Amino acid sequence: MILGALYFMSMFLLLGFGSYHILEKAGQNPFDTINSFALYYLLVDLVIRFFFQKMPTLSIRPFLNQNVKKNNIVRFVLNKTMLSFFNFIHWFFFIPFTITLVMKGYTGTAWIWCISMLLFVYINNFLAILIDKKDAVFYTIVGIFAIFGVLQYYSIFDISLYSNPFFASFYKYSFWALIPIAILALLYYLNFKFFKSNLYLDAGLSIEQNLATTENLTFLDQFGKLGTFLKNDIRLLKRNKRAKTTLLMSVMFLFYGLLFFTNSIEAYNAPVWKIFAGIFVSGGFLFNFGQFVPSWDSSYYPLMMTQNITYKDYLSSKWWLMVIATTVSTLLASLYLFFGIETYLAILTGAIFNIGVNSHLVLLGGAYIKTPIDLTSNKNAFGDKKAFNVKTLLISLPKLLLPMLVYAIGHYTLGWQFGYLLVALLGILGFAFKNKVFQIIESIYKKEKYITLEAYKQKG
Amino acid sequence: MIHVNNLSKKYNGTTVLHIENLEIPKGQSFGLVGNNGAGKTTFFSLLLDLIQPSSGKITSNNIQINTDESWKVFTTSFLDESFLIGYLTPEEYFYFIGELRGWNKADVDAFLTKYEDFFNGEILNNKKYLRDLSKGNAKKAGIIGALIGNPEIIILDEPFANLDPTTQIRLKKIIKSLAEDSNTTVLVSSHDLQHTVEVSDRIVVLEKGNIVKDLVPTTETLKELEEFFSA
Repeated sequence: MILGALYFMSMFLLLGFGSYHILEKAGQNPFDTINSFALYYLLVDLVIRFFFQKMPTLSIRPFLNQNVKKNNIVRFVLNKTMLSFFNFIHWFFFIPFTITLVMKGYTGTAWIWCISMLLFVYINNFLAILIDKKDAVFYTIVGIFAIFGVLQYYSIFDISLYSNPFFASFYKYSFWALIPIAILALLYYLNFKFFKSNLYLDAGLSIEQNLATTENLTFLDQFGKLGTFLKNDIRLLKRNKRAKTTLLMSVMFLFYGLLFFTNSIEAYNAPVWKIFAGIFVSGGFLFNFGQFVPSWDSSYYPLMMTQNITYKDYLSSKWWLMVIATTVSTLLASLYLFFGIETYLAILTGAIFNIGVNSHLVLLGGAYIKTPIDLTSNKNAFGDKKAFNVKTLLISLPKLLLPMLVYAIGHYTLGWQFGYLLVALLGILGFAFKNKVFQIIESIYKKEKYITLEAYKQKG
Repeated sequence: MIHVNNLSKKYNGTTVLHIENLEIPKGQSFGLVGNNGAGKTTFFSLLLDLIQPSSGKITSNNIQINTDESWKVFTTSFLDESFLIGYLTPEEYFYFIGELRGWNKADVDAFLTKYEDFFNGEILNNKKYLRDLSKGNAKKAGIIGALIGNPEIIILDEPFANLDPTTQIRLKKIIKSLAEDSNTTVLVSSHDLQHTVEVSDRIVVLEKGNIVKDLVPTTETLKELEEFFSA
């Protein structure tokens, strides 16, 4: 978690200091540009909060029967949300950006602007609490902004023309800052009232329960033991928040290739990056899901260890799941044919390498990760310090470096076709070692069984 | 059936379990009682190879538990909620266990009808995942799950805890009927002396990791146990 936080902090810091120069170089007025897009910035923030910010409802429970006044409980909880990383992170953008503004000759009222922007961030914080679990409200807001986005794209109605003067006003007229202060106060009051009236176990503090339906997935029965496990894995992916996040991230990986194939980033124009992108586009699920096998099953690992299960069946099902997902990703990625057949060949080659080599490497790496996964929450979804150790790092490196290296050898000797061929051959070669790799993983699982069981007992 | 030989488990130099010698014959209904920390769950975890013994060994059907895994074929267990898969419905869970133990859906369905009383309409067809069931109901599902597949050894840790009175009485009946079958060895641990006396052919009392009593229940047994624990 700490690693993830540091990563985001440094990214925001970099953007905070860099945006002004980047925008200036692009021939834009930096301050106007930021103000024009501020509305979208805040919306994206709201979306991220909706999905990832943990609402404080559960932490209230232990206070209810203590000698603490309800007003104090509610105030404590609301104030605590203000300390959330989701708010704090924006300081790392707006403060360095304002420093740059002042250095570039903007007057000190730039700081009023900065504070106003941060006030809007906190407005988002309280807005997010109010719309938590209210999908309808949330999607309405997102829908409205999507329409604005489309209208702006087709130059029918440009909301940024209104966004810019609105946010710029905080710089020009300091007293405008009273607006966000008033909104914030109002939202705090609304939240306070909402929380206080819902401070009961069967109201605001209830734990959401989904209506469950039994899915027999009988079409998988024909695959025997493999089908038994696949059924569970499919249910795992469908019914758990954490697993769904993984699916979502895998879809996002599909679009990662755009950065490379559109030539929009100069540094990525070297030929080896094409194969790098190919690996990522086809292997989103493989990486995101595979690295946490067997942690996905951590909450019922004792059951798995006492049942009549062979490791081989268990591993095979995970492996097939990754193969199926890689195939589906590759089919979906046929959109990249738009960039030419060579681009799609990179993805196809990446897919072969993923199935043949990387599927083994992620499973091998996963065997050393002993972090229990809480399926029902998104905690640690972006990385966990325990999941990051030297062994897994060493196993991870070849996943990307090896195909790039092999491709480079082919590319610079006989041409790009030969590069792809070499990587694909390596993938097929890896496939031949499947049984051997499974044996190794099995022996690791067996050797580490007791340590793993003990580690999974510790809850996050 | 089960032979325990010079078994001990130590954590940081403290012995939490030490059993010199214990034999559990086939078909016995074995009750294990003791206070918190007496070593009941430790013993069961060792029987299931979930933890490693510090010394000694357990064999089950002449199979050494911590070196050979084939005991899994005839042994089932329910120790705690980590034996349940939270995101499955009870039905899916039963079918899953059934498939692992070689039963198809029809076998499991037929088996489950025998326990409709025990479920009391709170388990099947309730549109709930196991993780959303109350503790007592989750336990019911776990216990019945452990009976699937005609196991020869059934290990249940504190099966009576969290169950409502009616269900406790029904569970006693179930365990007694299993005990009548000379092929099934049932191991049950409990804090409840009376329940244990009622369902067991033999009661072993653990205290601080040692066996301090090994009794065949008679009419006097409950009294004897109560005196022991009040001392």
